[in-house]
This record gives sequence, C-alpha cells and structure tokens, in this order.
Amino acid sequence: MQSRTMNPYLAGFLLGLVLLATIVITGRGLGASGALKNVVIASVGAVTPEHAAHSPLYAAYVDPKHDSPLKAWLVFEVAGVVLGAFLSGLLSDRLKLVTEAGPAVGRRRRWIFAVIGGALSGFGAQFARGCTSGAALSGMAVLSTAGFVTMMAIFGTGYAAAWFARSLWIAKKAGK
Amino acid sequence: MAPFVPDFISEPLNLVVALILGIAFGFVLEQAGFSSSRRLAGVFYGYDFTVLRVFFTAAVTAMSGVIVLGWMGVLDTEAIFVNPLWLRPAIVGGAIMGLGFILGGYCPGTSVCAAAIGKIDGMFFVGGGLLGVLLFGESLPRYLAFFESTARGPVKVFDTLGISQGAFAFFVVAMAVVAFYVTTKIERKVAREQAPSHTFSRIRHGAAGVLVVVVGFALLFMPDYKTRLLRKVSAPVFAAAHPAKTMTIDELAFRIVDQDPHTRIVDLRSAADYSALALPGSIHATKQDLFSRSLDELASRRIRKVVVGDNEAEERQTYGILEELGYENLAILSGGFAAFSQAFVQSAAFVPTGGRYDEDVRRFREDAQRKIPALIEAQKSAAQKPVKQERTIKGGC
Repeated sequence: MQSRTMNPYLAGFLLGLVLLATIVITGRGLGASGALKNVVIASVGAVTPEHAAHSPLYAAYVDPKHDSPLKAWLVFEVAGVVLGAFLSGLLSDRLKLVTEAGPAVGRRRRWIFAVIGGALSGFGAQFARGCTSGAALSGMAVLSTAGFVTMMAIFGTGYAAAWFARSLWIAKKAGK
Repeated sequence: MAPFVPDFISEPLNLVVALILGIAFGFVLEQAGFSSSRRLAGVFYGYDFTVLRVFFTAAVTAMSGVIVLGWMGVLDTEAIFVNPLWLRPAIVGGAIMGLGFILGGYCPGTSVCAAAIGKIDGMFFVGGGLLGVLLFGESLPRYLAFFESTARGPVKVFDTLGISQGAFAFFVVAMAVVAFYVTTKIERKVAREQAPSHTFSRIRHGAAGVLVVVVGFALLFMPDYKTRLLRKVSAPVFAAAHPAKTMTIDELAFRIVDQDPHTRIVDLRSAADYSALALPGSIHATKQDLFSRSLDELASRRIRKVVVGDNEAEERQTYGILEELGYENLAILSGGFAAFSQAFVQSAAFVPTGGRYDEDVRRFREDAQRKIPALIEAQKSAAQKPVKQERTIKGGC
C-alpha cells in the first residue's frame, strides 16, 4: 500500500486556492492538455514545416512571426506540475518506477490501455477545447457554461462506460 | 484591481508565474493521491471517491473565492477568461475524455503527475495523449465544420439557466456537500475497512460540511461588484440625495473655448447622439464602459471630469459610479447636455436674470456661440475616434 495521502477535502481546498490565485494573478485558469498540444505542434513544425503550415490546428503556431509553441504559458505551467509532483513524491516517499494496474490486469495489458486511454483523452481534450483541469475545473471556477458541460460529459461517460471496463479495475466477483 | 496580467505583470514574468503556479498545482495533485490510476478509477466503482472530493472541493473553493473577490471589487470578473462554449464539440470531446479516463485511468493533468513520480502507466498515458493530439491535428480538416459548430461564446452558466449567480453558486455548494455525504456512505459500503473515508472523523467532517453550506448561503447575497454598484446608483434615493459637485454650462463653455487641458468631458448620451454632435475634447462612455480600464486618460486627479448626459439624474448616477471606482475631481453639468446645447450650439438668446453680471454673461455667450460650433466642426473633420483598448486574456487548455 502507498504512503498516506492528504485529507482529500484539505487537498481540494488547497487546490482551489492555487486555482483562485492563478485566476487573480493571471486572469486565467490552470490547464494541462494545452501543453501536450504545444509539444505536438512544435514537433510537427520541426519535422514537416510544410505540412504543418497547411493544417488548421498548427498553421497559426508555425508562422515565423509567432513565438515558439514551447514558449507558452501552459507549457511552463505543466513543466511546473512535473516539478511539483516530483517534489511531492520525494517528500512523501512515493518515487518509484512501477506500473499500477487493476487486480486482474497484467503489465502489458495495462500499458496498452494506458496508451489507448491517453490517446482518447488527448483527442477529446482538443475536441472539447480543454481537459478536466483546463475546461472542467477552471471553467467551473469562473462559472462558465462550458466548464459545467465538459465536466458532466467527462464524468457522465465515465460512469456510463464503467460497467464495460470493470475487468480493468476491480476483481472478478466469486462464482463468475 | 486584479487580475495583474497584463497590466502589472509582463509576458516573460508571466511565464515564471506559470512555472511557480504549476509547481503548486502539481504538488497538491500528487499530495491528494491523484498520481494513482487505481485511486482515480475508484470514483467510477465506488471504492474510492477521492477524485470527487478533491475535484468538487477545489471547484467550490475557487468559485466561491471568485464570487467573494468580485463582490468586494478586488477582482475584475469582467476581465478574467471565461472559456467559450461550443456546445456539441464540448459534449463529444468530454465524452471521449470520459472514455479515455475509464480505459486509461487518468486525465491529462493527473497522468503528468503520475509520470513525474515514476508511474510507467502514467508515462504511457502521456505518450498516448501526445498521439491523440497528433491524430486530432491530422484529422481536424474532416470535421472542422462540426468543431466550429454550436458556438455560444463565453456564456456563464447561471445566465444559461436563467437564475442569479448567487442562487446557482449556492446550488453547487449544496450539491457538493450532499454528494460528499452520499458517496462516503457508498464508499464505506463498497470498500469497508479499505475505504479512504474509514478514518474520517464524523464530527470534524460534519462541522466542515455545515460551515461550507453557511458560506454557500452567504454567496446568495453577493452579486458581483458591477451588478451591485449599478443597482445602488439606480435606486431613486441615490439620484435624489447623493451629493455631487456641479458645473454651470457657462463654466464648461469657458473651459471648452479656453481648451483647458485639465478638463475632460465624459459624454453619456447614446452613441448615435454622440456621433452626431460631440463636444470638443469629450469621450463617449456607457455605464458599462466605466468599469473597463480603457478610461485610463481620466485617472489623473488633476483632470476635472465633467459628466454630461441627457439629464442630471443620469449624470448623478455615473458620478456615483466613478466616485466609487476611485476617480476624483468630478462634476456634473447642471441642466444636462440639452441646456448646454441650447445656449451654445443652437445659439438661443440669453435670457437676463436680473443679476449684476448679466451683461458680462451675455457678451461671453455671444463670443462662445461663435467659437464652440467652430471647435466642434474642427474636431469632426479631424475625426478623432476614441480608440478603445481591448483587454483580452487568453486561456483554456
């Protein structure tokens, strides 16, 4: 079992304060998937600039007049997330190279599903113009309709699909 | 008034701020246990509701903070980024993310945390996420029309539902507390001694829940600063009783003819009226404009701001708003725009009042009646339109 984590309400309160501070200081919320987007745009732009210039997602960023897609607010913020999480793991003695999976799932199967899940997540976040942090959480904080719609879509679908994915996360009941 | 970007924090410094806030974000997420996919998935199977607790507590905290700071007038809620809604893409994208969550055990932010502390499944998820963005970028042209469809702009949820901000906020807070209570019951049933809530103190958590509901109730009475101020100055009592310095039409005419650099006219009339006839050196502003920071030219206390409108009651309201917003050296024009225009633009004959200075006033007006229309014409040909400085903050994921 892992070392103890913070009381979830206290953690939520602190997370809320971090988000509030972000809004007060910068006028915008926190995010995550946007950084993935910028990394992809920078890579595509570097590998095939010709191709990137003709795609609706990349074109604006690979314009030479535009700053590098890596010099963006969200990229720096997510770099901070990596550092912050690492620091927290270090302090709480949770730094360990390990694969975490449901009780009935092997390592390889877990990796395959992590890639599939990640791909859906990355794809969906672009489609919804934000992820659980950027669209749902930050959106809810500023009372945006988009935030609440995205949040309900994420969790609603999660619950709707949970039964079908149960073998990934919970042990089979006896007799089955 | 917050936010501090872009007025007080420059772009490069903002990136440093991003890094620092990111560190705090990542630290708290990891401390909350969001670096564990099994824990995150637990919210869908009832054995661990940590995600729900952290997520909704954070949303309620930040939302309440924004409402309270907006009410106090510390945070300009008009200037902060509200993510615009594209209804169908938001639902479809959210649903795809939901699938990704249940299959992969993370969302983008939590997978980064997991990868940072060495979770190999987290690293695969991040890799998958990059792949997903690439797939999106490559296939976007095919459904660009759908992606751009059902655009609703930066709408607020309480407007969508047609209720007040306070009522909606209270509803969210109450729902969160009820959800915390119910899910704790479920979690204890499903996971028994393994439930993270097994160790929760009933008294402390109960008390915290009550406190949160009380705060939520208080939000009912905290309209945002702008709504509150507009409501205050619109009350009949305010227009009747609020003391305001007045300026006579003759003094204003004198300052216009004199081209006094220390006088600025704030014209409240309709945009159509203003474009038909604008006084020299005036700026046009609606009541809404007063809250934006495009009125920097009025900031100096050495500049006398003369509020000119269709009537004195309206002038007085605006005077009150500007005063509350911290502007000094204000005045309203006695008699409103109509009185001024009659005397100096339509050149109505001076009606003697029987006072000692009648002859002086008459002579001054005759002189001004020639000069002011000329100044108005000169300004029109120069066609100086007030350039409004747009204040946009980009955000989102």
